[in-house]
Amino acid sequence: MTVQDALPGLLQEYLPILIFLMIAIGLAVVMAFGSMIIGPSRPDSEKLSAYECGFEAFNDSRGQFDVRFYLVAILFIIFDLEVAFLFPWAVSLSDVGLFGFWSMVLFLGVLTIGFIYEWKKGALEWE
Amino acid sequence: MMTTTLPVMMPAMAEIFLAAAGMALLMYGVFTQRDGQSEGTAWGTIVAMLVAAGLVIIYGGPVAGEPAFYGQFATGHFTQFAKVLILVGAAVAVWMSVRYMRAESSNRFEFPVLVLFATIGMLVMVSANDLIALYMGIELQSLSLYVIASIRRDSLRATEAGLKYFVLGAVSSGMLLYACSLIYGFSGTTQFAGLATVLTGEATPLGLIVGLVFLISGLAFKISAVPFHMWTPDVYEGAPTPVTALFAVAPKIAAVCLILRTMMGPFGGLIADWQQVITLISIASMVLGAIAAIQQTNLKRLMAYSSIGHMGFALVGVAAGNQAGAQAVLIYMAIYLFMNVGTFAVILSMRKEGRYVENIADLAGLNKSHPLMALAMLIFMFSMAGIPPLAGFFSKWYVFFAAIEAGLFGLAVIGVLASVVGAFYYIRIIKVMYFDEAEAPLDSKISREMRIIMGFTAVVSLLFFILPAPVVDQAAAAAQTLFTN
Repeated sequence: MTVQDALPGLLQEYLPILIFLMIAIGLAVVMAFGSMIIGPSRPDSEKLSAYECGFEAFNDSRGQFDVRFYLVAILFIIFDLEVAFLFPWAVSLSDVGLFGFWSMVLFLGVLTIGFIYEWKKGALEWE
Repeated sequence: MMTTTLPVMMPAMAEIFLAAAGMALLMYGVFTQRDGQSEGTAWGTIVAMLVAAGLVIIYGGPVAGEPAFYGQFATGHFTQFAKVLILVGAAVAVWMSVRYMRAESSNRFEFPVLVLFATIGMLVMVSANDLIALYMGIELQSLSLYVIASIRRDSLRATEAGLKYFVLGAVSSGMLLYACSLIYGFSGTTQFAGLATVLTGEATPLGLIVGLVFLISGLAFKISAVPFHMWTPDVYEGAPTPVTALFAVAPKIAAVCLILRTMMGPFGGLIADWQQVITLISIASMVLGAIAAIQQTNLKRLMAYSSIGHMGFALVGVAAGNQAGAQAVLIYMAIYLFMNVGTFAVILSMRKEGRYVENIADLAGLNKSHPLMALAMLIFMFSMAGIPPLAGFFSKWYVFFAAIEAGLFGLAVIGVLASVVGAFYYIRIIKVMYFDEAEAPLDSKISREMRIIMGFTAVVSLLFFILPAPVVDQAAAAAQTLFTN
């Protein structure tokens, strides 16, 4: 009697997911405990403190902070979203036609103008 | 299978041109303009806006056949009228800003470009024929205006103004989006044409009414109508004066025209539902605008309350909900544009020892030092107060007449009373100019462009009654397009 025969029809379709889950959990457990057992452990105060975008985790909220982190994050989000738009566009390119194609090219062109602007303004330079 | 079916784009020629011009000016600015230099982009922006106004007149008219952008973009006499007003208002605001920005050493070439982008948003708002297009136009406008409000980022008051504007604007945008989702959920369409056929006023689901009220609230934020007016005085006071001049005219015209189009068009069948909401907002704005302005000492703050009051009067015409009301609102906005631009030209000419001042007390003795400027301000103030035969009287007369035609007698009576109370603070300014003694007179030199703007707007405000036909006839034709389809 094979595994296929033991399961009802509907559940058979989910068998790969069950196998995937077991492998994933097993691998995660092995890695977590493996590093705990054989990894070297030399803690110091810097390693144990929480790291949050270059800030102290708990601090006076009125303190000064470096706005450059935010600038980089904002600029990142713009181009991250661009990629998020490109994926569905690429998948459905055969349906949206030439108009869809040129719409996206136009959109990329507008983003490029913004990119040139921020580059010339020096927003990409850290110092 | 690649298919090429381009949407109809010609009616949106002005917007497309402005967008291209905005990006070109941004590139021109970033490559050629040094810090503290913005004349190049400012003049480029003004030229682009005037060209766009020409394109609106040539291409932005009624479309025969297929509507633009699959019916997302409406054009016609109404949008032409509103767009020309917006473009003229924005162009004049940029023109007035050139000298001010240089003198206050807050010159940035981005400022005119941002005004240009905000203007595109306003044009899209006026033409929006779909809830998505409506939201997109509003966001393009608002996001640019948030930055413009705090363009002087080293000034504490300007950054406060920008932050307040941003936070409250974000709240109103959220309300608008919620309204759009409710309306879509209960009607099954976002297109205005589709909404107009679904919403007949019979057996309207409650959720749709909630959505409609949220939509009105979100739009009332944009025109700073009571009870959504809290940001206006602080933003008007904190922003640089040319920016305040822009805020007082162009976005207001765009948002009022948008309210007019959405209420008369897709929600025309629900007039019994929105009429009472608009009436309430209108009364509250008129009364608060009249009473709260009395104790102001800062001219820009006073203008903020004045504009709240004016929006209340314009909403009287919207509440009427008939063709006469729509025509009255358009006439009101046209005259409002002239009076406001003129008043801000006066405020921008008030300097003491080279520094800009903006208190009412600084106007003392203006009659002796600058008789012509005092006369212009006298005309603007009497016009805003609605004293015949000045233009402001006729704008109020048209909206009240429309309200009476629609049977809203109470609204008309309250409007007249509020306008009488409001006359007090306008006339107080005249009293300060003509009868108070100046401690230190204003600088005698007034720049050429301010003299031109003041003179032209004062003549228009004074002599409107001789030749009202151009504005009134155009507004009538524009209002008619709202009711024919």
